[in-house]
Amino acid sequence: MSFDLPLIFTLLMAIAILLYVLLDGFDLGIGMLMPAASRPEQELMVASIGPFWDANETWLVLGIGVLLAAFPRAHGVILGALYLPVAAMLSGLMLRGVAFEFRIKALGWHRELWNWLFWFGSFLAAFAQGWMLGRYVTGFESGFGFTVFASLCAASLCGTYVLIGASWLILKSENDLRRKSLLWARWGLLWSGLALMLVSIATPLVSSRVFERWFDFPRTFGLMLLPVAALGSWLWVWVSTGRLAHVRRSKDDWKPLAGAAVIIFIGFLGLAYSLFPYVIIDRLTIWQAAAHPTSLRIVLAGFLVVVPFLIAYTAYAHRVFGGKVREPLY
Amino acid sequence: MSDPDLLLLARAQFGLNIGFHILFPTLTIGLAWLLLYFRLRYERTGDRQWLEIYRLWAKIFALSFAMGVVSGITMSFQFGTNWPGYMLSVGNIAGPLLTFEVLFAFFLEATFLGVMLFGMNRVSSGLHIGATAMVAIGTTLSAFWILALNSWMHTPAGFMYANGQLIAANWFDVVFNPSFPFRLSHMLVASGLTTAFAVAGLSAWRLLQAGSDRAAVRTVRTGLLIAAVLAPLQVGLGDLHGLNTLEHQPAKIAAIESLWETRSGAPLVLFAIPDEDKRENRYAIEIPRAASILLRHDPDAVVQGLNDFAPDTPPVTPVFFAFRIMVGTAFVMIVVAWAGVWTTRKGRVPPRALLWIMAGMSFSGWVATLCGWLVTEIGRQPWLATGLLRTADAVGDVPAQYLGASFVGYVFVYGVMLLAYLVVLTHMAGKGAQSDVGNMPGVPA
Repeated sequence: MSFDLPLIFTLLMAIAILLYVLLDGFDLGIGMLMPAASRPEQELMVASIGPFWDANETWLVLGIGVLLAAFPRAHGVILGALYLPVAAMLSGLMLRGVAFEFRIKALGWHRELWNWLFWFGSFLAAFAQGWMLGRYVTGFESGFGFTVFASLCAASLCGTYVLIGASWLILKSENDLRRKSLLWARWGLLWSGLALMLVSIATPLVSSRVFERWFDFPRTFGLMLLPVAALGSWLWVWVSTGRLAHVRRSKDDWKPLAGAAVIIFIGFLGLAYSLFPYVIIDRLTIWQAAAHPTSLRIVLAGFLVVVPFLIAYTAYAHRVFGGKVREPLY
Repeated sequence: MSDPDLLLLARAQFGLNIGFHILFPTLTIGLAWLLLYFRLRYERTGDRQWLEIYRLWAKIFALSFAMGVVSGITMSFQFGTNWPGYMLSVGNIAGPLLTFEVLFAFFLEATFLGVMLFGMNRVSSGLHIGATAMVAIGTTLSAFWILALNSWMHTPAGFMYANGQLIAANWFDVVFNPSFPFRLSHMLVASGLTTAFAVAGLSAWRLLQAGSDRAAVRTVRTGLLIAAVLAPLQVGLGDLHGLNTLEHQPAKIAAIESLWETRSGAPLVLFAIPDEDKRENRYAIEIPRAASILLRHDPDAVVQGLNDFAPDTPPVTPVFFAFRIMVGTAFVMIVVAWAGVWTTRKGRVPPRALLWIMAGMSFSGWVATLCGWLVTEIGRQPWLATGLLRTADAVGDVPAQYLGASFVGYVFVYGVMLLAYLVVLTHMAGKGAQSDVGNMPGVPA
């Protein structure tokens, strides 16, 4: 019995990237929301992601690791074409990560400086990731229109991260911070909704191949389920944030986060549908880019061994730090 | 075909990143195990001082770990941005080993780090000790996988060609390639030594600031004891590693010894200024026949010189000097560690002069590690994977101005990070362990 190994690895890479976007998405979103919060609120916001951000960021390393191990031919092309945004993202992630540690230990204006760098690093990383997404889905074409499109994607991803960051805070906070988070979530929702809509309209226009995949009747009618589902979840988050704003505490504080995750998942599905089976659009399919089966088999074996433990101890960590955050980290 | 300036720029940038990165894992691998020791001592004795010590060094660990994580992520991307040819030619070996590091090590350490740092009041003490142990195991596993890959690049084994593609023939041979056991043990002990001197040195700094601090006396002693055992062990391991290199990468040894021509009864060059153009050593101070004795255990033995490997020889000057700085640091470490152990016997506080020396040597482990890394990696040139892939053939075609601009950016970011790190570290260590307790969640009053 033989498996379609490149297909399995496409799935694994997609899962890793999706989990990264969801998990580090709330870290980056909270980083971007820092200036909007008061001093004590900032401490709680940081405390809500403190035990997790390291592990969350590891999903990015796993995603890039799978790209490197399973699709070596695509790895160099993609990272070479995205050289500058990758460097910007890495600088952002570095600043964000160390600012996280330094701001806890610093006092006075030092602390303000690290707070600012925490915000700036989060924003730079999010913006660069969105930019990379825009460049990637258009096959790294250059030109004014493509630059505008990449900027749109960048803004869209920043908005989406703000949405998911605020939704995480709704789940983890109480009183004033929770109230503010509900408001932030709605702003993030507006931003990500507007930008997602623009991106959905722009992507088929930018790439004729994507256009053909989506506007091929009667398949189009089936495909329209995706935007309809996205709109449905969008409205659901909008309504649930409205309802939660009327009560001081609720068992439904998880709803905005779940809804935001669904929106991201649908957006991701749409992108995957546009691109598949290409790993570099119109140039390289996943089968052409794949590593040798001897390599894929051993990595898959590693996955099969590790993933159950990974799920178990990640769940354990989230259970240990479950519930509302009430005190600063240190 | 590649532009030599582009190659140099790509190497300088990657070298900067990996050289910056290596500082932090070197400290955290050893420190993770030391934290487990502090935690277990607290558990067994119930002495709050061990808890205070644990708390202080756990914070320093968190800071160092974050520095390592963020610079490590940079590296995982730079494999692709700077060396696309690397993945194309040996990706079938390198890819799985790197992925295994993420799967088996990174998630383990990152996830349990949260529990270790912030979970003391949320989980039982047994689970907290378990989380601390998991972090230590994770850091060590990470070293295992990355050194398996690095060693394979030095001494490739267990591979074959299928349709012109290099693939693994036997994964066990790939991982346990000839230089791996030596390199791994040399690196792990280097990490232990780096930690020992950092802990002893920063605690000495605390004693110089405060005059008396029982916790700092304790950690000075702990660091010195570890260093006193590990430093001589490291010299022995280094010797074994060198003999292994002689067998598999004799050109590197010739560069280390600055031996230009093959000869019998080769001298050991203690100091010289290698002249690469004239292929000779100036101002050389030599011990006759000592290199033959050290390398072949025979005063008349023939040792291969650089002429035997031309034109594929590494640059001599950086390898030659880096090696001497590394070995010199090791011998200073032995003297200081033993003097320190003697002067701290039975709870004594060492003399101020020695405290100053130890404080000054807080980061001596980094100096030795960086020099050792320069020796081994520059000594591998012009190969990226010995005999299989040349560094020049792996470089990408990213425009030089991109490389230059991002290089300046990285230098700036790393400079700021390193400065802030050192300031915060010395500040935290100078305040000592006790000042921290009392306002921390999870510490029973």
